[in-house]
Amino acid sequence: MTRLQSAAELELLRAGILSARDAARPCIAVCTGAACNGLDSARVARAFEVEAGKMAPGAGIEVRATGCHGFCEKGPNVVVGPDDICYFEVTPDDVPEIIASALKGEVVERLVYKHPETGEKAVHMGEVPFYRHQTRLLIGDNIRIDPKRIEDYVAVGGYAALAKALFQMTPDQVVDEVKKASLRGRGGGGFPAGQKWETAKNAPGDEKYVIVNGHEGEPGAFMDRALFTGNPHKVLEGLIIGAYAIGSHRGFIYTRHDSPQLIEHIETALAQAEEYGLLGENILGSGFDFRVEVHFDVGIFVSGESSALMRSIEGQPPEPRPKYIRTSVAGIWDKPSNLNNVETWANVPQIISRGAEWYAGIGTERSKGTKLVSLSGNVVNSGVVEVPMGTPLRKIVYDMGGGIPGGKAAKAVHFGGPMGGSIPASLIDAPLDFDELAALGAPIGAGGLLVMDEDTDMVDVARYFLEFLTNESCGKCVPCREGMRQTLKVLTNITKGKGRDGDIGRLEDLNDVTGAACLCALGRTASDPLKSMLRYFKDEYELQIARGSQAAGNTAK
Amino acid sequence: MDSGKIDEIIDRHRGKSGDLIHVLMEIQHKNHWLPRDVLHQVAAALEIPFSRVLRVATLYKTFSLTPRGRHEVHVCTGISCHLRGAKQLLESVERATGIRPGETDTAARFSLETGSCLGSCSLGPEIIVDGKHHARMTPEKVEDVLKEYQ
Ligand SMILES: Cc1cc2nc3c(=O)[nH]c(=O)nc-3n(C[C@H](O)[C@H](O)[C@H](O)COP(=O)(O)O)c2cc1C
Repeated sequence: MTRLQSAAELELLRAGILSARDAARPCIAVCTGAACNGLDSARVARAFEVEAGKMAPGAGIEVRATGCHGFCEKGPNVVVGPDDICYFEVTPDDVPEIIASALKGEVVERLVYKHPETGEKAVHMGEVPFYRHQTRLLIGDNIRIDPKRIEDYVAVGGYAALAKALFQMTPDQVVDEVKKASLRGRGGGGFPAGQKWETAKNAPGDEKYVIVNGHEGEPGAFMDRALFTGNPHKVLEGLIIGAYAIGSHRGFIYTRHDSPQLIEHIETALAQAEEYGLLGENILGSGFDFRVEVHFDVGIFVSGESSALMRSIEGQPPEPRPKYIRTSVAGIWDKPSNLNNVETWANVPQIISRGAEWYAGIGTERSKGTKLVSLSGNVVNSGVVEVPMGTPLRKIVYDMGGGIPGGKAAKAVHFGGPMGGSIPASLIDAPLDFDELAALGAPIGAGGLLVMDEDTDMVDVARYFLEFLTNESCGKCVPCREGMRQTLKVLTNITKGKGRDGDIGRLEDLNDVTGAACLCALGRTASDPLKSMLRYFKDEYELQIARGSQAAGNTAK
Repeated sequence: MDSGKIDEIIDRHRGKSGDLIHVLMEIQHKNHWLPRDVLHQVAAALEIPFSRVLRVATLYKTFSLTPRGRHEVHVCTGISCHLRGAKQLLESVERATGIRPGETDTAARFSLETGSCLGSCSLGPEIIVDGKHHARMTPEKVEDVLKEYQ
C-alpha cells in the first residue's frame, strides 16, 4: 500500500477496487455483530469460507464477515447479494445449500422470513417488515463491508467526503455546513454539533482535541457498538473531517474495553487509514496532519460523561467537574476538546458529501436526519433500527418490532435508560423527536428504546434504574451519592411491601434536591425515570404503598 | 505473573497519556486480578504514589483485587434481561455455584459477576461463561450449562 497523495489518487484507488469486482457475482454477508456472535455466527462464517474455498478460484462467491445487520432477534443473519436475499437463524449445516442456491440464482425457501401470524414470506431485505420501514443511511452499509478491509469502505464511496472537505472547502465552510444541517448530538443531550465545533474552533490556543465518545454504557443501548464495530471507517472519516474543521491535530477514541471485536476493528481501521495516507502526516497530500489514539473505559458508567471521560483519558479517576467552562473550551489537559458521540460523527461524511440541504430535508423541524434505535425489552423483534426523526414510536414498536410477545398488551415505552423516562402505551403515537419526547418526559437519550408489557412493575423499573446509577456514580458529590441512596431505600421498601404514607412526598422532595444540586447530569437526571413514573403511573405507586401501610397497620393492631 | 512480564507491560505503555489505566487493564486481562505486590511494582515503575494506583484500581469495576476462579460467570442484569427474568436466573446461578456476585468459590472454580449490558439484548436473559454466551436461558438450564465448566 502506498500513501495516497491527492484526491485524484483516492478516486483511482476506488475505480480500481470497483473494476476488480463483478457486481453480478453472489456475495454473502454473514453478520458477526454482538448478538449473532453470541449465537456463534463465527462458525457460520467459517463454514462459508471453507465451502467457498472448495470452489475453483474466480468461480465464484465472495464471503464477508460483517458487522451487525440489525435484526438481532433472528440471528445468525446472512444476506446474499447482489439482490440482498435475507436468511435467518442460519446454522453451519445450511451453508452448502445456501451457496449452491446462490450460484444458481435460487432462494432457500425454508430460511427466509415468515410472518409469525400470517405465514407470509419475505425474501429480500426490502420486503422483510423489520427492514422495510427503515431508512438505513448509517447502518445500511454494514452488509457491504468487512470492517477489517478499508477497501470495502472505499468501494461504497468512503473518504470521498474527507477529500471534498480538504480540497474544496475551508474549515469555516465545513463548520457552516454542519450548522446548516442542524445536526444534533446523538449521545444524549441533543446539543447542536456545529455550535460545539464552532466554540472549540474559536477557543484560544493552538492545541485542540477531537474525541469520539464510544463508551455506550446505557443499559439496553447497543447501536453505537453496532455502527462502530461494523463500520469503523465511517466514524473515523467523520472525526477527521471534524478535526480539519476545528483545527485539531490529535484525536482520541474512548470506547469499551469489554468487546475484543470492537477494539480489533478500531485498531485495524486506524492502521489501514494511516497506511493509505488518510491519517498521519499530510493527509491526502493536503498538508493537514492528524493522529488518533485509543483509550478505554474500564467499567464505570459515569466515565461516559464528558468531563469524566476527559479525566479518564488523562489517566485520572473519572470524576466530572462543574461546567462553568465548557469542555469545548477547556477539556483534556485544559485544552479545547470537542467531544461527540459515535453516531454524531458518523453523520458528518454524508452531510459533507450530500450537503446540508439534503440532510435537513430528513426529519422534523428541530430534529434532523435519521436516528439509530436499540429496540429491546418485551418486544418480538429486538435489534437495531434506523428511522428518520419524527417516526411515530408505534411504527418502531409494532411495524419493525413486531409488537409485544405472548399476546400481551404494551404498558409503557422507556427511552434513555437510567437517565430517561417512561411514557404510557397510550402515548405511543408520539414522534421520535428530541424535544417532543423530552417534553413528554422520555428524552431519547442515546437511543435505547425499551418496551414494557402489561406485567411490568413500574416501581421495580424505577428502583432498577436507580440501583444501577447508585453503583455507577463516582461518589464525589453529596447530593448524588446520598440522595440516590435515600431514594433507593424508599423505593426498595415500597417494592418489598414496606411502603409508608408520605413516601411519594419524600420521593418528590429527594427528586427536587438531586435534580437541582448534583454536579453532573448523572445525578441531576437520576430522578428522571422516577419523575416520569410519578407523572404517568402514580396510582401504581400509591397502590403498592397503601398495601405496605395497611400491612404495617395490621401488625400494629 | 512474573515481574519481568509486568515490566514489559509497563514499558509498552509508559509515557502515553493515561498510562496507569492502560497498564492495569492489560495486567487485569492477562492475569485476571491485580495482586498487591504488582500494584506496588506499577507505582514504583511509573513513579506515582501507591495511593493513586489504589484509587484507580478500586474505582473501576473491571479491576479485581482478589484472585479469580478458573471460570468467569457473568449474568447480564441489563434492563432488557431484567425484564425478561434475569433475577430468577441469577438466583439459580447463585444456588448452583454457592456464591454471590463479586465472590469466588473456595475451590476457585467460579467467579460470579453481574451487571453491564453487553448489547446482545435479543439473547436475554443470558449468562456468559468465559466469554461464551448462553442465550435465552431459563433457571432450569443453569446446572446443565455450568457442568461443562470444571
Ligand atoms: C453519566 C453520563 C453518561 C454518559 N454516557 C455517554 C455515553 O456512553 N456515550 C455518549 O456518547 N454520551 C454519553 N454521555 C453524554 C456526554 O456527556 C456528552 O454529552 C456526549 O458524548 C456529547 O456528544 P454529542 O453532542 O455528540 O451527543 C453521558 C453523560 C452522562 C452524564
